[in-house]
Amino acid sequence: MNSFEDILITNNLITAFVFVGLTVYFAYFISEKLTNGRFHGSAVAIILGLIFAYFAGTLTGGEKGVADIAILSGVGILGGSMLRDFAIVATAYGANFSDLKSSGKAGIFSLFFGVILSFSLGAIVAIAFGYDDPKDITTIGAGTVTFVVGPVSGSAIGASSEVIALSIAAGLVKSILVMTMTPLFAKRIGLDNPKSAMVFGGLMGTNSGVAAGLAAVDPKLVPYGAMTATFYTAVGCLLVPSVLFLLIDLMF
Amino acid sequence: MVIYGIALLGICTLIGLFAGQLLGSWFGIDANVGGIGIAMLLLMYFSNTSNAHFKIGDMSEKGITFWSMIYIPIVVAMAAKQNVIGAIDGGLMALLAGIFAVSVSFIFIPIISNFEKNK
Repeated sequence: MNSFEDILITNNLITAFVFVGLTVYFAYFISEKLTNGRFHGSAVAIILGLIFAYFAGTLTGGEKGVADIAILSGVGILGGSMLRDFAIVATAYGANFSDLKSSGKAGIFSLFFGVILSFSLGAIVAIAFGYDDPKDITTIGAGTVTFVVGPVSGSAIGASSEVIALSIAAGLVKSILVMTMTPLFAKRIGLDNPKSAMVFGGLMGTNSGVAAGLAAVDPKLVPYGAMTATFYTAVGCLLVPSVLFLLIDLMF
Repeated sequence: MVIYGIALLGICTLIGLFAGQLLGSWFGIDANVGGIGIAMLLLMYFSNTSNAHFKIGDMSEKGITFWSMIYIPIVVAMAAKQNVIGAIDGGLMALLAGIFAVSVSFIFIPIISNFEKNK
């Protein structure tokens, strides 16, 4: 191993700053030159990140995207939940209490509605694909809620590990779609104010999807979306293995 | 001092995450219940309070706003460490479940957002 590579690896967090900095620079370049600024630079940067993660995955066979490449292991720290949560909390600085209060009801409603909606849609797809064991249907529905609720519910009700793996995949698809599709549809779904951001957080729920989706639309909306999304996985873990599993069990 | 802001942000985050964990164990579930939300409320409380005993100074504020501005690069790093292969290899059913859930949920965003306005 040559010595420069050594330096990149031992200083992996600093290498990650450089990597992300270059990615963002390149993304803004693409945004300006190729899309005339119509597609926001941060949205391009997030998509670039996902593309890199895809190629890194094929290259290393790992599950952590570019963080599985030794010199880019720092990206795992920079993009890990510790710093992500820290930065999300920081976005609340200067956010408006009264905006939060006035959209509180819609936010709470969207939270429960969102969990049940995603669960039902996932369950319908599972049934359409020929699953008829209530445990399997529930687990796949749970994965569609988020990729945390899938395995938590699956192991709680005793689903097979293949079905749990499928549920994680469904949750990953959802999270990645929210990241990439949100900036495309933001205008059409009226995602431009604190209230719709709270509803968005409650309906989508995936922390990473909501975080990235709102970052690419308007960073000012992040605290409102993150506020509801932070309860989503918990509501899912509460409802799915209990009430929703019983309902599915009654039906099949 | 810049570090005061970072420390305050840290205190809010840690207390929030701890409270979320406690709530989770009370409900008997293996998940953090709203830790981030509680942390954000704490920080909002501090940022809106200013009296003789407590006031966030200009320099301290920079310690918080730095992290708020570094949010997008962190999200880009987060995107770059996703298990994209896992999502694509999950097969048609996982793909359809995800697509279905996201597109229908998108449709409901304007409906729920406007619901209370019309009342």
